[in-house]
Amino acid sequence: MALVMEKHKMPEQDPKVRAHNFNEVALGYTEELAVAEANRCLHCKVPHCRKGCPVEVDIPEFIAKIKEKDFVGADKKIKESNSLPAICGRVCPQENQCEKYCVMGIKGEPVGIGRLERFVADYCMKNDTEVIEKTVKEDMPKVAIVGSGPAGLACAGDLAKMGYQVTIFEALHTAGGVLSYGIPEFRLPKDGVVKPEIENLRKMGVKIEVDAVIGKLFTIDDLMQEYNFSAVFVATGAGLPHFMNIPGENLNGVYSSNEFLTRCNLMKAYRFPEYATPIKVGKVVAVVGGGNVAMDSARTALRLGAEHVYIVYRRSEAELPARREEVEHAKEEGIDFRLLNNPVEILGDENGYVTGIRCIKMELGEPDSSGRRRPVPIEGSEFDLAVDTVVIAIGQGPNPLVQSTTPDMEVNKRGNIVADEETCKTSKEGVFAGGDIVTGAATVILAMGAGKKAAKAIDEYLKEKFSK
Amino acid sequence: MYKILKRKVLHDGILQFTLEAPFIAKKAQPGQFVVLRVNEYGERIPLTIADFNREQGTIDIIFMVIGASTTMLAKLNEGDSILDLVGPLGKKTDIRPGMGTVVCIGGGIGVAPIYPIVRGMREAGNHVIAIMGAKNKDILILKDEMEKVADEVIVTTDDGSFGIKGFVTTALQQLIDKGVDISEVVAIGPVIMMKTVADTTRPYNIKTVVSLNPIMVDGTGMCGGCRVQVGDKIKFACVDGPEFDGHLVDFTNLMERQRMYRPQEAVEKDHICRLEKQVEAMEEK
Repeated sequence: MALVMEKHKMPEQDPKVRAHNFNEVALGYTEELAVAEANRCLHCKVPHCRKGCPVEVDIPEFIAKIKEKDFVGADKKIKESNSLPAICGRVCPQENQCEKYCVMGIKGEPVGIGRLERFVADYCMKNDTEVIEKTVKEDMPKVAIVGSGPAGLACAGDLAKMGYQVTIFEALHTAGGVLSYGIPEFRLPKDGVVKPEIENLRKMGVKIEVDAVIGKLFTIDDLMQEYNFSAVFVATGAGLPHFMNIPGENLNGVYSSNEFLTRCNLMKAYRFPEYATPIKVGKVVAVVGGGNVAMDSARTALRLGAEHVYIVYRRSEAELPARREEVEHAKEEGIDFRLLNNPVEILGDENGYVTGIRCIKMELGEPDSSGRRRPVPIEGSEFDLAVDTVVIAIGQGPNPLVQSTTPDMEVNKRGNIVADEETCKTSKEGVFAGGDIVTGAATVILAMGAGKKAAKAIDEYLKEKFSK
Repeated sequence: MYKILKRKVLHDGILQFTLEAPFIAKKAQPGQFVVLRVNEYGERIPLTIADFNREQGTIDIIFMVIGASTTMLAKLNEGDSILDLVGPLGKKTDIRPGMGTVVCIGGGIGVAPIYPIVRGMREAGNHVIAIMGAKNKDILILKDEMEKVADEVIVTTDDGSFGIKGFVTTALQQLIDKGVDISEVVAIGPVIMMKTVADTTRPYNIKTVVSLNPIMVDGTGMCGGCRVQVGDKIKFACVDGPEFDGHLVDFTNLMERQRMYRPQEAVEKDHICRLEKQVEAMEEK
């Protein structure tokens, strides 16, 4: 049988249509497409794909089950190592992970592992084939998890499977972290995907306390001393927005990407006034930055009715940190990329509303410490773009709430918690940390990988503690 | 869910709720606030903790019906519940023994958040003069409560229907002119009031603390929607404040930013009937 060198395409909404709705862009494989794609897998004796997966999903085995049309079996296989496959299949940058190592990728395109994982999870969710058992045991030690983003959820899932009594504390009113407030509905449906996957954790016996700001309502010491948690995993992410510190940033119409996306995704401002939270998007929007958050913000602005949306990025196309696929999607939808441009001022009218953004042209110099060529301003090249909304998406730092109320836990000069890469141990006994709060803003799957490592280390720690 | 144990109408359009929230009550300090969401369609709105009782596990909020969310909140009765209540948020007021004479100023609904600060200042052993301002005597709130916790209470009304005729700054200026040795002023109320208080004390170099009320979403420092210009720095009111040095705050920018959603707020008011239906549906559950 001749090898199919290219991935089977996943059906997608037409760009012209989808640019005006919040429905999911990628529609997912059908059963036929999934089986056909699974048949491209060569079942290597030494499956390199697995080493690219931070949570070590048994990829060849689940793909083998898809070939046999045993979709339920495939789902079980995946869930042995990944509690959130419908999410990972959608948002993982597979090109840098599992699919990067696929042998098929040497001469053609790698097997669509992410698409297959997504298909299996969606199939089982749709057909309600899952029977999730309660695994948490009343006589096991209590573990507190601070933050319900990808790291916290992954850690909770693994610890619950081991029987520990897990309680997740979430500051917002909805669990999920960036999965709920950050990544838009059109990439990751909330009611259809995020909620059911989190619900599965509840079925396993994981308690989720929302509206609980650790550092304010309880400190880490309160949890350990007053409420008898034997270990704590801090997974509070990178939720502190960076601003540019340029004139005009306090004008009306300037948003941090966090605020813009939170209003839209978490508060459902795109359904205002059915939902009470408002959002203001003008006719012309500039999004500053080149990462996935910038792409999400730009595409959200379009769907909220903006007529023209710019991405303003200080380096060139090759350095865009966003996933290739997201950049392509944004281009198809008509986002206007203004590369090698850097904002120097936001302009406003006498009432304090944005009227424009002043940028300076850039050229690339020598590589900097990140290995990317450093952008250098071209003197005298300033120009103005007329815009009425600006979204700043230049990155996030660690929120200091937990660190500032836990003085005996070491923090580095950027405010990230210092933790061992393998064991997630912090300088405070019984306290572990992982995900963006340790590494700085990274990816969903890396955070989940850290959550799994922490679960393993917490298990070892507690076993030793209680054997004494 | 957070149960409303007591609902009290202070005046037409001004309500006080006592909420069952033992964990928040345990940690609450003067100057802090909560963010609440009435139901699943609701927005998150910040309200200052007007009172707390650690033994009974309750906190009080006082609010004026001004828009959709407060309208919806006002429709709830004793025994009903609020879906989400997050707190205590923000930094607590800097209250120390030995501060000397402190003047606490509350304007309008701002009397509610100033009340626990007055109580805390007095409990720490300071001499507290409370100035309460209102448009007229009918909308004066918490006067009796304030008299119990302050050393002196001065009331001003815009129309002179009670106390001194004029603004809170009229009374403040009188204290200064009398030569009262004021070590610190804390002012909470409409932005324009806090600005004029800061303008009044500036020439005398009296430390003046104001509690800012910008638009907020999460209230935990993750979005910067509440950012304010203080001196040459951008601060997030929800985590760096809400209290700041009144002589450094850019009040004009704050007032502009508060107006950001006026058009949408107007749309909301047209939809109050829908909100009523949502509340009814909630009650049936």
